[in-house]
Amino acid sequence: MDVLEKERIQQAFKEKMDYDELMNCTRCGFCLPSCPTYIETGQDEVHSPRGRIALMKGLVDGKIEPSEEVKASIDLCLGCRACETVCPSGVKFGRLLEQARDAIYQANKQSFLEKFMRHAFLRNVFPYHNRMIGLTGLLRFYQRSGAQTLARATGIMKLFPEHMRVMERVLPEVPKRKEMKNRPHHLMPLIEKKTKKVAFFSGCLMDTMFMPTNDATTKLLQYAGCEIVIPETQNCCGALHGHSGEVEDARELAKRNIEAFEQAEVDYIITNAGGCGAFLVEYGYLLKDDPQWHARAKAFSNKIKDITSVLVELDFHKRPLQLEEQVVTYQDSCHLKNGQQTFIEPRELLKAIDGVQYVEMKDADRCCGSAGIYNLVEAEMSMQILDYKMKQAQKTKAKTIVTANPGCLLQMKLGIEREGLSEEMQAVHIVDFLLEAYEKANK
Amino acid sequence: MLNQEIVRKFYDIVEKENVVIDEASLLAYSYDSTPQYQAMPDAVISPRNTQEVADIVSVCNQYKIPIVPRGSGTNLCAGTTPTNGGIVLLFKHMNQILEIDEENLTITVQPGVFTKEINDRVQEVGLFYPPDPGSMHISQIGGNISENSGGLRGLKYGVTRDYVMGLEVVLANGDIIRTGGKLAKDVAGYDLTRLIVGSEGTLGIITEATLKLIPKPETKKTMLALYSDLESAAESVSAIIANRIIPATLEFLDQATLKVVEDFAKIGLPTEAKAVLLIEQDGAPEIVERDMKKIAKLCRENGAFDVSVAKTEKEAEELTAARRTALSALSRLKPTTILEDATVPRSEIANMVRSITEIADKYQLTICTFGHAGDGNLHPTCLTDARHQEEIERVDKAFAEIFEKAIELGGTITGEHGVGVMKLPYLHLKVGKAGIDVMRQIKKALDPNNILNPGKIFVQEPKVESRVSEQ
Ligand SMILES: Cc1cc2nc3c(=O)[nH]c(=O)nc-3n(C[C@H](O)[C@H](O)[C@H](O)COP(=O)(O)OP(=O)(O)OC[C@H]3O[C@@H](n4cnc5c(N)ncnc54)[C@H](O)[C@@H]3O)c2cc1C
Ligand code: SF4
Ligand code: SF4
Repeated sequence: MDVLEKERIQQAFKEKMDYDELMNCTRCGFCLPSCPTYIETGQDEVHSPRGRIALMKGLVDGKIEPSEEVKASIDLCLGCRACETVCPSGVKFGRLLEQARDAIYQANKQSFLEKFMRHAFLRNVFPYHNRMIGLTGLLRFYQRSGAQTLARATGIMKLFPEHMRVMERVLPEVPKRKEMKNRPHHLMPLIEKKTKKVAFFSGCLMDTMFMPTNDATTKLLQYAGCEIVIPETQNCCGALHGHSGEVEDARELAKRNIEAFEQAEVDYIITNAGGCGAFLVEYGYLLKDDPQWHARAKAFSNKIKDITSVLVELDFHKRPLQLEEQVVTYQDSCHLKNGQQTFIEPRELLKAIDGVQYVEMKDADRCCGSAGIYNLVEAEMSMQILDYKMKQAQKTKAKTIVTANPGCLLQMKLGIEREGLSEEMQAVHIVDFLLEAYEKANK
Repeated sequence: MLNQEIVRKFYDIVEKENVVIDEASLLAYSYDSTPQYQAMPDAVISPRNTQEVADIVSVCNQYKIPIVPRGSGTNLCAGTTPTNGGIVLLFKHMNQILEIDEENLTITVQPGVFTKEINDRVQEVGLFYPPDPGSMHISQIGGNISENSGGLRGLKYGVTRDYVMGLEVVLANGDIIRTGGKLAKDVAGYDLTRLIVGSEGTLGIITEATLKLIPKPETKKTMLALYSDLESAAESVSAIIANRIIPATLEFLDQATLKVVEDFAKIGLPTEAKAVLLIEQDGAPEIVERDMKKIAKLCRENGAFDVSVAKTEKEAEELTAARRTALSALSRLKPTTILEDATVPRSEIANMVRSITEIADKYQLTICTFGHAGDGNLHPTCLTDARHQEEIERVDKAFAEIFEKAIELGGTITGEHGVGVMKLPYLHLKVGKAGIDVMRQIKKALDPNNILNPGKIFVQEPKVESRVSEQ
């Protein structure tokens, strides 16, 4: 970091950090035992929530200068917000982290490659459904054309880091381009009694790479008696942008989404990705300084609900559900638990399935290390955290690990593959699992 | 700043990876849980065994470099704030439970073990380590011993001091001594164990401790008594003790505290009450049953409008867990929470509570009070904002008056949080000039170069110490 860059970052910290929020931290240390990076670094205060807050405040106060070490501390944070849930003082760590990343990355001259990756993906791909389709379409071509086999055989993949290679093996098969373009926009209940009118937030990754899971979600909603509106003009939630310091972009995306959903007069806006949901409920805060948008954003945020939460509300767990005998465990999505306080509902649904023996795994609510693009940029820590996770998962003797977020799902699949357990273990998204259980019981 | 030669010496002792000197790391160890205090160390070192500690201390003694031993930095007296710079010593590698001796009922641990881990591990074999500071899931035993920490069970079971049987300590000259042991009786010379307990890292560095265990109580019951005024609650405390009942826990929370705790914990606490007592009794089932009945009766007689016993273990656990969050939860209301732990004889609790209310009014401050009422140990907590200089001055005056009142009632300036830097200006109120002189002489004898946590408890050369402000 050169002098100018340091000055820029420091200035950005002074402008962007919410100082009152920083002051709210009493430094009691209650968050330390819940922070995965604090644990995995062998109790390094620099990599703890309390330490990170102190660094942010130190930068604003001018007590320290920006440095590679400060940046490393902010980078290594998973953004899992486990610290937020346990903080008695109510410090909104997730917001502080976003502000800090914004300050660093807007002011920082990144390496060309980093910048390229960031922009290529965040600015040019995720926001556009079409391009998402294009990109996943490429992936699909690669999978189907035999290039995948070729690449595996010739060892091109060896050039990538180990876990990226495994990742490549666990990526879901991408749907056909035509299917992805022909998405439904309005669906009626599949049972007689209409219960609710909801809108579905389909998400960019979910509506392409995980399209079948989206279909399962709407199916479940229909079975639960919901009329569903799926606004065509919705787009990426902006979470990846927000978490990686592209806040302005995130605000633009938020506005487009608010507009898209305003017309649909619905009780709830349903999501099936913890990561998106947690960001959508923050729109109110994201646009707090924009008088034109603030109230609209809050109204939008108040309607967000996770699929598991609405299903329990509609007593779906009391309907017949059945699967073959198996042990099942659940990995919390950090953002679903810490960002939306939804963690009882998924467990309740799973326990309601006939044939399922639910076994809670130790530290189920500790981050799996996926954390958005974290497992790509902080691979070493991510894999260290994943190893711990897989150890706990194995102890439950579960056949199925259920998750509620696409990132977690891929990470669990990656974990299973890395441990060579793909014969005896599988990872699934909770809605796919539930739909199977419902359809089996209601044939 | 340490020069290269000294840094290299530390590298030789603990290897490079265990010595950090980058600015970010130094900042991360520049504070503890005490508001308004912050100062940068020059290095943070993590030794792996007693010998390495001794070698580090020897180098520091030679070059007169301050050493601040640090547990989890949760103390509330600026005890680990490196006000004189120097080295922060961490025990993250010395965090093993060495032995649980079920015949002698002892546990031997390294200083970096978390208090809660000790609690949990001994319970697995049907034993009990009673000290349970509110911070126990994060505080380390080395920190507990050095602050002589109390907890929610202090009334019946005493404080950390009552469970420390033996210590291994590295002295300022690098000598390693062992005090006490697994002995129920031992009068061989001065009781150095007791001298080290509560010495806040100023007399030696604890590298191992042998702690006393007791059999785990058979059962436990938890009760909540609600009041419409503070005094009735305080009078109930006196009444319970006057009736020869010693509950395991007898905690007091005023309405403001109750409200914020409920706001965080969301377990349905009765926020309409002006004050509550959280009471716990443990022991044989018959005795617990009998005591709880008597306590309930006494509470009602003294003005409780509602008394209810937790129905399940989970409910009971939720109540005590919620109580532990009181201090941190209070900070939801205002950016800065300054808390004290003035302590009075139990019989004076009602008087003390009344005085705190009066003093708060006089200085127009919001002071919430909670604490270990059964121990006479209250935590009046002032909700303020460190950025408002004028208000902070009023806070200082109010606390000075609270301390004086506590002394007047036969109490002390700190019951369990220690003196550190924060209460240094008030120590003379409790121990007098002669008392401070004795402590100074002991310090001089054990640490002539004043390298062990200097500037804490008292200043070696008397002078007026002022607060190191954060901002
Ligand atoms: C929310 C909250 C609730 C609390 N509740 C209570 C309570 O109920 N009762 C209570 O008594 N306290 C309480 N405390 C205060 C604090 O937790 C205790 O003082 C605790 O013992 C500190 O432990 P620590 O590991 O954080 O030690 P630190 O804060 O790191 O250190 C405390 C002192 O011990 C010294 N020290 C640490 N390790 C060693 C060693 N190996 N050798 C020599 N000296 C050493 C340090 O130099 C310092 O002077 C609370 C604090 C908070 C934030
Ligand atoms: S728990 Fe909250 S207040 Fe306490 S140190 Fe962590 S972030 Fe700060
Ligand atoms: S968000 Fe997660 S990784 Fe980051 S400081 Fe909080 S607990 Fe630690």
